[in-house]
Amino acid sequence: MNLQLLSFGPQGWADELLHGLAVTAATSGAAFVLALLFGALGAASKLSGSWPLRALGQGYTTVFRGVPELLVLYLVFFGGDMLLSAVAQTVFGVGGGFKTPVFAVGVLAIGICAGAYCAEVMRGAALAVPRGVLEAADSLGLTRWQRFRLVLAPIALRIALPGLGNILQITIKESALISVVGLAELLRQAAVAAGSTRQPFTFYIAAAFLFYALTLLIQVGTRRVERRMRRA
Amino acid sequence: MDLGLIASSIGPLASGVPTTLALAAAALGIGFVLAVLIALGRRSGVILVEAPCRFFVSFMRSTPLLVQIFIVYYGSGQFAAELRAWGLWPYFRDPWFCAILALSLNSAAYGSEIIRGGLDSVDRGLKEAGLSLGLTRMKLFVLIEFPLAIRQALPGYGNEVISMIKATALASTITIVEITGVARNLISETFRPLEIFIVAGGLYLVLNALAAFAIATLERRLARHRQADPAAGKATKARPLAAATLTEPVR
Repeated sequence: MNLQLLSFGPQGWADELLHGLAVTAATSGAAFVLALLFGALGAASKLSGSWPLRALGQGYTTVFRGVPELLVLYLVFFGGDMLLSAVAQTVFGVGGGFKTPVFAVGVLAIGICAGAYCAEVMRGAALAVPRGVLEAADSLGLTRWQRFRLVLAPIALRIALPGLGNILQITIKESALISVVGLAELLRQAAVAAGSTRQPFTFYIAAAFLFYALTLLIQVGTRRVERRMRRA
Repeated sequence: MDLGLIASSIGPLASGVPTTLALAAAALGIGFVLAVLIALGRRSGVILVEAPCRFFVSFMRSTPLLVQIFIVYYGSGQFAAELRAWGLWPYFRDPWFCAILALSLNSAAYGSEIIRGGLDSVDRGLKEAGLSLGLTRMKLFVLIEFPLAIRQALPGYGNEVISMIKATALASTITIVEITGVARNLISETFRPLEIFIVAGGLYLVLNALAAFAIATLERRLARHRQADPAAGKATKARPLAAATLTEPVR
């Protein structure tokens, strides 16, 4: 193993790998935010009183927790291009193939899948809030929105925190899949370096340790926030 | 939506099912054996055994499975000369060997945590009873600890089975044509991603449902003695798999 390949500057690939790490962090961060949004919508519909909404929420969480993320990525990747081209053709009358940016494709695909897990975590947390607390809120005359914002959400958030931290780690690991459609994130950069130096093991193991560092950071961060919240 | 295409793509996509199942079964089988060994290693009380086991589990669970597959399949190329000298090169050149190796190691890491939880749950009193009967440590493990731990770990392992069925999709990135690989090829031939996704996704959901059913049946069989007592039977009613996914980390 030639470790000089992992140094900075024109001789080494450290700059490229760290740039890839930054793209990985940005992608998984954006996907996580999207997952929180989808998760909140999914949890709300699974807990709602109307059965079509409940069925929709149930369908969302069942399908996207049961289907491989790679398959979802292909759907968004190929489907996005076609949708974009069709819209361009019919609305603007512009022909030709349009390319959806791979960053958007990746964030959407990972966000949808992680959102399904998020919905389950949030639903579980909302159900774990003691009934008495909600009844107390009602008896104080809080409106439904006030009850949600001031009572349910803060308590449920604390319960959901370990689960949500887990999902953030999942989005980081799953963001590696986006390299398959060509986003220049960490794994992709490692593949490029591996190809041009013919040292695949060196670069893939380096990428693995950078992923490891990122997820360990999230684990430590989540534990910190948890401890802080428990103090309250 | 092209219903004709949906109907005609069922055949080709279903032809990927045996490959998906073969990968999942091999990885789960080998992974289970390794998982038990790792779980025992982590409880051995010997630091020189415990520390590497802990690092392995943490590393495998904190890095993307795709990277692990690439390390085994492409990374081994860097040591082609050495591997050839040891006669191992034909194995590492084979995508099937590499996929099963990477998936097994990954499954072993996740599985060892589930089994460790099961072993931890075994009542101390039962072990003491076994020791007082004069059982050897080996017999104590095989006859008492292991069966009880497995029963406790089964719901968690059910999630691992479903998660592994999904994970086999990554084998398509190293040229193995399972369900997702067929789907990819069909999408680039037909340019109809939605129809293909519906069929391929449907196949995965069916496989997951079958796996969940098999695990639930096994769980009920292993808990037969409890159903004799109606009160206890109610309390140990099979836990739904979905509830357990909240705490189990996913790949």
